[in-house]
Amino acid sequence: MSYTAIKVENLTKEYTLRHQQASNYTALRDVIVDRAKSVFRGQTGSDRKEKFLALDDVSFSIQSGDRVGIIGRNGAGKSTLLKVLSRIVSPTKGRITLEGRIASLLEVGTGFHPELTGRENIFLNGSILGMSKMEISKKFDEIVAFAEVEKFLDTPVKRYSSGMFVRLAFAVAAHLEPEILIVDEVLAVGDAAFQKKCLGRMREVAGDGRTILFVSHNMEAVQKLCNKGILLNKGKLVMEGSIDAVTGKYLETFSEGQSWYDIAKPLDAENKAAIATRLQIEDVNEIPVSEVSIGANYNFRIYFTINKKVEGFVAAIGLLTIFDQPVRTTWSEPTDLEPGNYTALFKSEGIILADGQYKLNVGLSKGTSVIHNAENAGLLTISEVSTLVNDKQIINTKSGLIINQMPVQIIQCK
Amino acid sequence: MQRTVIYPERSSSTYWKDLWAYRGLFRFLAWRDLLVRYKQTVIGIAWAVIRPLLTIVVFSFFGKFISPDTTGISMILIVAAASLPWQLFSSALNEASGSLIANSNLITKVYFPRLIVPLSTVIVCLVDFLISMVILIGLMIYFKQAPDSNIIFLPLFLLLTLLSSIGAGVFLASLNVKYRDFRYIVPFIVQLGLYVSPVAFSSRVIMNSDKVSEGLKIIFCLNPMVGVIDGFRWCLFGSEIPHDWMSVKISCTVTLITLFVGIWYFRKVEKNFADII
Repeated sequence: MSYTAIKVENLTKEYTLRHQQASNYTALRDVIVDRAKSVFRGQTGSDRKEKFLALDDVSFSIQSGDRVGIIGRNGAGKSTLLKVLSRIVSPTKGRITLEGRIASLLEVGTGFHPELTGRENIFLNGSILGMSKMEISKKFDEIVAFAEVEKFLDTPVKRYSSGMFVRLAFAVAAHLEPEILIVDEVLAVGDAAFQKKCLGRMREVAGDGRTILFVSHNMEAVQKLCNKGILLNKGKLVMEGSIDAVTGKYLETFSEGQSWYDIAKPLDAENKAAIATRLQIEDVNEIPVSEVSIGANYNFRIYFTINKKVEGFVAAIGLLTIFDQPVRTTWSEPTDLEPGNYTALFKSEGIILADGQYKLNVGLSKGTSVIHNAENAGLLTISEVSTLVNDKQIINTKSGLIINQMPVQIIQCK
Repeated sequence: MQRTVIYPERSSSTYWKDLWAYRGLFRFLAWRDLLVRYKQTVIGIAWAVIRPLLTIVVFSFFGKFISPDTTGISMILIVAAASLPWQLFSSALNEASGSLIANSNLITKVYFPRLIVPLSTVIVCLVDFLISMVILIGLMIYFKQAPDSNIIFLPLFLLLTLLSSIGAGVFLASLNVKYRDFRYIVPFIVQLGLYVSPVAFSSRVIMNSDKVSEGLKIIFCLNPMVGVIDGFRWCLFGSEIPHDWMSVKISCTVTLITLFVGIWYFRKVEKNFADII
């Protein structure tokens, strides 16, 4: 039976920003100087302070068994929300009611001590995460097996490789059995195989009817793990609902790419026979978009002007990775063009690129001689929000630059 | 099912219940500090004996010049009975006041009643103290000094030492989170405290002197360790405590006040630790 596991009412967290100060803590010297100054000015030294609302009147409730992804841009208040929910910091206003045991996992390996052995750290970390000694002893073998560190149990963890360290740390956390689990970005560690294992384990935990709150910038992970979503922006709750609706809203509102890019005029523009003026990215319905879902087709459109008649005109687009590795270049067929304004529409046709950003180069030429070459004219952003549905095959969007699957036949040898 | 309600002000009844619920973590933190303390040292736990022993030897050498009158008890024993509780107090105060900052990674990532941190460091100092008691026992056997029957009250004075170091330590720890200046102030307090505590001399040198005014005597006794050291010597050797136990009475009062103020202030500011540490 489902009940309200988390109820948040009018939650507000206010911070006071102190300007011209490098660190959070105050030096007594400054306080004394401030007080002394204020005596002369007849006021307190409050002119340097500014209020900042990390969370602004946020209310929502979560049913038990829900797996909720909290999304938003950097500084939206996601981490503050998790910290308030895990009782690490106290709210300025509002009230939160939590039903059941809570464990929060804001960092992998909290409290791990480098001088202690793997065995000792399992017990220490377990108790820091809220497990009793008995629980840890009961799960000890399982934790060790999950982390794959049997041989190094009695070695101080300072001699562990970073991979082993992370595996051990996550293994302890993965065997927590609270009713409410709060997780922040911890999947951003370890190699791909281990990440997959972690995600699998989280889904297992979620399957037991536990409530999970999950913050991550990895939309793919959020979509795979969560069924509900909460969208925050500048401390305010923007939207609460199904994960697909919330991630959709997030991408629509806050995507980092642009749907079109103006191309800078070349220095000798008046002497050029043709110049490109704008590069636009569109979806298949020719509507400008700033981000393309992985697996979806898209169009590039180049706006250009012909100043003098060009015979054998060719428009081209080059696609490069962020690290300047060329991925592909496509050319139009040569045509003869009279002066005027034109567009060239390039349609993608089923090559699925991995998520991430790609640089775009635009080139106009007469045959093979370049007229106008605009390097780095724009960015193509492929978002990890997936439209790929294939229950029969494993599709990992991080498996390479090109996600398209080859047809594979498995035949028994005679 | 366990229900947690979070709101800006926390009530005190749930606070102490919470503290008790987290006793497992308290044990683990103390256990961790004990384990780490002497890891990768060649002689390990022997350090807990060697350091105080050297201090005792040096202090009793100088002590002979300050107060030659020891009423028949070896100067080394007089110094040992004072030096051990002083070391417990000073190390507990030092460790406790720095403990929150040393554990800032825990404080910003996990919830638990923060009072656990300074309390668990005091446990480590207590274990060191109990080990170093071997010195005192050894010296008493060597000098053929039988303990006085007052020794049954020794645990009370040990408790007084712990409470006074906890009170001041907890207070300084919470100040240290906000004002890092206390990182420099605490070692200074400890160093100065050693000069004004009757470690290398008997408090009778001051308390029975006609040259020292009553007011100064009271100020001298405001240092809670004066009462503790007098008490330790009384328990072990039956040495008389001058002025009708004045030092012990003042020490108890001062300890209770610092304990109360220290915990009150700690609780007042602890909910903001994670924000400012």
